[in-house]
Amino acid sequence: MSEEKRVPVKKAGKGKYELSEQLKAYKGVWVFVEHERGEVHPVSWELLGEGRKLADTLGVPLSGVVLGAPGLATRRFCEEAFFHGADNCYLMEDAVLNNYRNQPFTKGLTDLVNAYQPEILLLGATTQGRDLAGSVATTLKTGLTADCTELNIDMENRSLAASRPTFGGSLLCTILTLNYRPQMATVRPRVMALPDRDNRRLGSIVEHPLGLIEADIVTKVLEYIPDNRQDKPQLAFADIIVSGGRGMKNPDNFQLIWDLALMLGAEVGASRPVVQAGWVEADRQVGQSGKTVRPKLYIAAGISGAVQHRVGMEGADVIIAINNDPNAPIFDFATYGIVGNAMTILPALTQAFKQRLAMAKMAG
Amino acid sequence: MHIVVCIKQVPDSAQIRVHPVTNTIMRQGVPAIVNPYDLFSLEEALRLKDVHGGRVTVITMGPPQAEAALRKCIAFGADEAILVTDRAFAGADTLATSYALASAITQIGKDQAVDMVFAGKQTIDGDTAQVGPGIAKRMDLQLLTYVSQVDALDLMTRTVRVQRRAEGGVQVLTTKLPCLVTMLEGSNEMRFASMDNMFRAARYQLKVWDRVAAGIDDVGKIGLKGSPTVVSKVFAPQARTQRAEIIDTESGEPRDIALTLLSKLFTQHPKLGEAISKRAT
Ligand SMILES: Cc1cc2nc3c(=O)[nH]c(=O)nc-3n(C[C@H](O)[C@H](O)[C@H](O)COP(=O)(O)OP(=O)(O)OC[C@H]3O[C@@H](n4cnc5c(N)ncnc54)[C@H](O)[C@@H]3O)c2cc1C
Ligand SMILES: Nc1ncnc2c1ncn2[C@@H]1O[C@H](COP(=O)(O)O)[C@@H](O)[C@H]1O
Repeated sequence: MSEEKRVPVKKAGKGKYELSEQLKAYKGVWVFVEHERGEVHPVSWELLGEGRKLADTLGVPLSGVVLGAPGLATRRFCEEAFFHGADNCYLMEDAVLNNYRNQPFTKGLTDLVNAYQPEILLLGATTQGRDLAGSVATTLKTGLTADCTELNIDMENRSLAASRPTFGGSLLCTILTLNYRPQMATVRPRVMALPDRDNRRLGSIVEHPLGLIEADIVTKVLEYIPDNRQDKPQLAFADIIVSGGRGMKNPDNFQLIWDLALMLGAEVGASRPVVQAGWVEADRQVGQSGKTVRPKLYIAAGISGAVQHRVGMEGADVIIAINNDPNAPIFDFATYGIVGNAMTILPALTQAFKQRLAMAKMAG
Repeated sequence: MHIVVCIKQVPDSAQIRVHPVTNTIMRQGVPAIVNPYDLFSLEEALRLKDVHGGRVTVITMGPPQAEAALRKCIAFGADEAILVTDRAFAGADTLATSYALASAITQIGKDQAVDMVFAGKQTIDGDTAQVGPGIAKRMDLQLLTYVSQVDALDLMTRTVRVQRRAEGGVQVLTTKLPCLVTMLEGSNEMRFASMDNMFRAARYQLKVWDRVAAGIDDVGKIGLKGSPTVVSKVFAPQARTQRAEIIDTESGEPRDIALTLLSKLFTQHPKLGEAISKRAT
């Protein structure tokens, strides 16, 4: 049933929560290293960065978990995991793990958990991570908190305090899994910061067999059709995003957003009303029901800064807000604010950046 | 061919307004709807029935008023509807929900074997996307999530071929029935309810099952007791600390404002300035 109905009913209770001896044996923080077509999804590194903090707080090791086809590539993922903070890696290599499929990956990850007993298991909230997390948590009969935006340790109970949006995103709730292990959570890409990479870090690898043969697996991959990366917006990983909101008033004015973005080599983003009006494609929506972004620079024009938009973009290093209402909520958290008409400010900004860039080109 | 579709009644979030001062959701008078993601699954199930014959049963676990959502599905063309409702279900998290639904679907299967189960990609209120995979695991069904297209279904060989959205591409998969499918949004468009079906929906006697009828004898696995997760607190998100530095110029000319902003940007954030300048080349 819905979250809201659960809220007041069951409280974690006062005081310390005693784990059974059997569950106390579960130690360590694990991050599932997700990869597809020879590339690790960056969310895995973001999670290792976050997992490092959790492991240090608990005083336990941080481990990467890599499942894949035998070969150098798969082993390289372990090395990469060390560079991003893992102390060791659990590695399961088998030809049937070549492509992601629910059945062998669920068995593999479940077996690893049962064999090495981590207290926390983190996965990306991607199509792969969500598919796998739900199956593994059900098999292990443990708690899983989806789409977390914050992970902490509740020291009193030595448990994972996983926070996620609730009530349509206007509030957060913290969820604990008290007397079940491991405690599982998924986190959306770009919610956590990418940790610094340290190429000197080393770690050890623990290998474990899968014990399945292709004939055991019911679902077969016939083909994989890669997306044409060029014509899909890559908002989540853009360094600069210029976003427009309802304040741009019409699709013609919205062209001013594109002009500035083009000048800066930036991606174009939008608030939900703009997407709903069909001025831009749904892939460009930033916010709770759109993308989470973490650019170096986010320029928001004609966007009020509603909480559902804010949660998707407040991870930006610098936020510039252009809004003609001095009381717009976006000014409560932007870095720089311009109170004025976006229709005149945007062209002026495009012009000013153009000059700057021309100067930089001459100089450099 | 027997298909079961899991649907959930949710508050219509498009009509939810956020209180401008307290930042809380104002949900008074917000109408309840069928979870929009579930309709893509229902439509796909109905299309399979159109081609292959058989029947479509919709099921929900929820309070008595969820009946309205089931009736809506009958109007769209579902054959049967089952409301699983019991006080003992209160406080269920996704693990307990998938247990209750899996039990109920197993009961449904005793009447006529279930070939496929459909669930929504996720709900707009719980938003976890866990219940579908949970049901599949409990019933030992092959799991196909984020399906953008059902390419082919062969009832003779009991195989189905689908396109599944993966990170960075689309997987073309085949599997055996029985399986559980969650459809990607936008993969089809819900049909209009026909006059006949609307009349049928109005008169339709839906089945109401309590815990026992749903085949559940262990109350430790449902509701609050069957839920490993507990909500420990609810709080307002912390805003970024600082208020924006407002760029003001005496002239108030857009050009001056833009230049002032840029000089601040490039001096106070040299790394960002560098990244921007690099784009000149
Ligand atoms: C469950 C749920 C999920 C949601 N998910 C998202 C989401 O993912 N992303 C999202 O963005 N929203 C989301 N929303 C909607 C969100 O609550 C807001 O309604 C939305 O973000 C507002 O968009 P906006 O800022 O463009 O429009 P408005 O709130 O209408 O703001 C327009 C702004 O433009 C300013 N303006 C007007 N004219 C000018 C001008 N000439 N120059 C400069 N400024 C001008 C106005 O002062 C105003 O501040 C969600 C809502 C719900 C309930
Ligand atoms: N109480 C419920 N009754 C029936 N189906 C449900 C229920 N809760 C979730 N589902 C199904 O599971 C899907 C995913 O839900 P969730 O895990 O809450 O995001 C939904 O789209 C529904 O198809």
